[in-house]
Amino acid sequence: MTPSANRSLSIALTGSGGAGVMTAGQTLLDAAAKAGFFGLMTRSTGPQIRGGEAAALIRLADHPVQSPGDRFDILLAIDFENLQRFAAELPLDADSLIVADEAAGEPPEFLVKSGAQIARLPIAKLAKSIPGARASMIALGALAALIGLPESALIEAVAASIGRKKPEALEASEKAIRLGAERAPQASVPRLNPPLGSGAARWSITGNEATGYGAIRGGVRFVGGYPITPATEILEYMASALPQCGGVLLQAEDELASINMVIGASYGGSPSLTATAGPGLSLMIESLGLAVAAEVPLVVVDVMRSGPSTGIATKSEQSDLNIAVYGLHGDAPHVVTAPLSVLDCLKTAQWSTHLAESLQTPVIMLSDQSLGQARIVVDRPDAVEFPTRRLVPAGPIEGYQRYASTENGVSPMALPGQEGGQYTADGLTHNAKGVPSSQAQDHIGQLDKRQRKLDAFDFGDYWADVEGEGELAILTWGSSSEPAREAIEAATAFGIKVKRVALRLVSPPQPERLAAALEGVKRVLVLEQSHSGQFWRYLRAFYDLPAGAQSIARPGPLPIRPAEILEQIRKWGTA
Amino acid sequence: MNDLSPAAVAFKPADYRSAVKPVWCPGCGDHSVLLATQRALAELQLPPEQVAVVSGIGCSSRLPAYLNTYGFHGVHGRALPVATGLKTARPDLTVLVASGDGDGFSIGGNHFLHACRRNVDLTYIVMDNRIYGMTKGQPSPTTEPDFDTAISPGGTGLSPFHPLVVALASGANFIARAFTGDVGGCTKMIVEAIKTPGFSFVHILSPCVTFRDDQQKAWKKLARGAMVEETDDPERAARRLMTDDGFNVGVLYRGKREPYRPRLTGGDPVEALEAEFAQ
Repeated sequence: MTPSANRSLSIALTGSGGAGVMTAGQTLLDAAAKAGFFGLMTRSTGPQIRGGEAAALIRLADHPVQSPGDRFDILLAIDFENLQRFAAELPLDADSLIVADEAAGEPPEFLVKSGAQIARLPIAKLAKSIPGARASMIALGALAALIGLPESALIEAVAASIGRKKPEALEASEKAIRLGAERAPQASVPRLNPPLGSGAARWSITGNEATGYGAIRGGVRFVGGYPITPATEILEYMASALPQCGGVLLQAEDELASINMVIGASYGGSPSLTATAGPGLSLMIESLGLAVAAEVPLVVVDVMRSGPSTGIATKSEQSDLNIAVYGLHGDAPHVVTAPLSVLDCLKTAQWSTHLAESLQTPVIMLSDQSLGQARIVVDRPDAVEFPTRRLVPAGPIEGYQRYASTENGVSPMALPGQEGGQYTADGLTHNAKGVPSSQAQDHIGQLDKRQRKLDAFDFGDYWADVEGEGELAILTWGSSSEPAREAIEAATAFGIKVKRVALRLVSPPQPERLAAALEGVKRVLVLEQSHSGQFWRYLRAFYDLPAGAQSIARPGPLPIRPAEILEQIRKWGTA
Repeated sequence: MNDLSPAAVAFKPADYRSAVKPVWCPGCGDHSVLLATQRALAELQLPPEQVAVVSGIGCSSRLPAYLNTYGFHGVHGRALPVATGLKTARPDLTVLVASGDGDGFSIGGNHFLHACRRNVDLTYIVMDNRIYGMTKGQPSPTTEPDFDTAISPGGTGLSPFHPLVVALASGANFIARAFTGDVGGCTKMIVEAIKTPGFSFVHILSPCVTFRDDQQKAWKKLARGAMVEETDDPERAARRLMTDDGFNVGVLYRGKREPYRPRLTGGDPVEALEAEFAQ
């Protein structure tokens, strides 16, 4: 158990299809938020379209948390059907409590083996005693009583979600919550510390919503997209958000179309984005090369999932780094970014839009399922602004050269409608005017120009989060950054100081910045969620790491937990 | 432009021509499509900077660079999505799409169906020569089944694709055919296509003089004005197109579907979106 665990509680709600565990999980998180707690909820589901096994994995805390914990304090099982499939995802131990329905039958083997205390409650039976009540509400009432969450917060959360329009349903839920609380099993579980009032207004937001909103803040007003798990929620969010601020989303016939719609809209002057996952990114790659060559700004959000091929569509992995960095044919300078937490999806999406627009090149933002489909309760973040926008010719245009070779490589991009700015954007090698050319000087000149855009650009402090001091450092990226943070916090209890360097800018590499960040560091642990060590190999290619750098690289679908990182840190600390 | 007298604002066909020399073979039908496009834009007096011409890859797709309008020469088969994104984001522009039988009906076939269905206000000009010219003579979806090529010795044995029938079934709002032997006819069809709201499909028979030297003379004899009146009845149009031998030129269908036009009016401050996240 990490030392911070007593300030947070991890709860898993599981059940088979129709048991309503996702709704219950959302209600619990909302209630905790109303009572002043912070929280994180991730979803784990099977491949079924509807029904099948499902788990809502919730962490409540008196401080902001954006990483899964190491273990679960409580498992609330509405039934045991198919629960065995979650065995690897539900680390339980002798200090855990399992609350299960009386009628659920024999617990699966992994529950018994964990040594956890099992408390029985007649969940279904109690629900039947109240007309219109759901078993999940009985369970939530019991859970609230166990952990010290006020019933009133739970009732308020239910009212907010089902609305005041259905008084009968609300009344049934309220009765069920109270009855569940009354009949809560007697068991000793850690209770939540009373929250520390930060005074700040709170948000409840998913990573995919944060991505959508961040992109809109960055100026995105056109989205072309094709549904794909786990990115669809970005498209759904933006479909309703964009029209409120003069934007539009088109559902394309496939990813080949969505990326090209985005290219067309951006060519017309509208900052544009598409969101997809690995299979969709694979289809978009050819056109991303076009956007590089024609210098059309755009953002592709890849919400990564376990690959290759269809892989596990509902489970996270950081294994699209290679395709994002190296996937384009030819020499095609572009940018790859990654959000470092659920909330950071907002700023990273906004920043990615800023980079695309400023550099007139595609930006691939590598989010993942563990960030995108997680919901957090956090303090409302401070708004950030990035002032630079797309360079467009001002005033009357004469002798226009769309791809003029400039000092920083960025040349003014005329927008259709601007008189005198007419040019043909082209994926063919072209000269400064955009006229197709197979001349060596044009080819090399334009390759140089496009590379210069990235080389000359000042990516600023936002390239990475660099925190802490010490001779040990964890070097990581994307969604592995929050578990790393927790492990480092936990290490302080053992007197071990570890620096955290989490890259938000994956590509282009920033060797000088990293060298400065690792100044005085003797040992580096490189952390990522991929089978082949894609990040590790990438770093080895572009950066000088201290001798003895080590790699922790393992694939999904299981999340990287702070404890496994801490274990390595402690080995070092005692060495 | 302060002087708004007709003489000062009048655009001539030559005003739509860029300085770039076409790569097309002498005698290629695509030269006529270029000229017809210039004439159509001049007839409509569209300022060159208000027009964007989007294309994919292939001989026909080289067209945008030869015009003095805005142009986009993208990847193979994806011109329609580029144009759809552009027109949706910039409804003020006149957007034309130039394609060929390989680019438009083979690699880009799926986009053709969905562009017809979506009915965005675009003019889709497909120069059909029943051959891949740029890669030097492979069969396309419209090539005759017995046409012998290196990649299909003895012919493909496949039935040719019927683009006009597919366009009608997929929901295109305007369907016309023209032949490059008649530049005036091509011009007229392009003008009508631009004027008709929604997705307008102009199928242009554009002979290849290099890999299909059988076409030019034969098509001159075969191409003829359609003997029937233009219709807005999809059923009549369907019968007409199903019995069409591929050489009837003119407006073959003009529907009344409302084009897709997104509402780009919302003017809320971005921060208003935060309300839904607040606890």
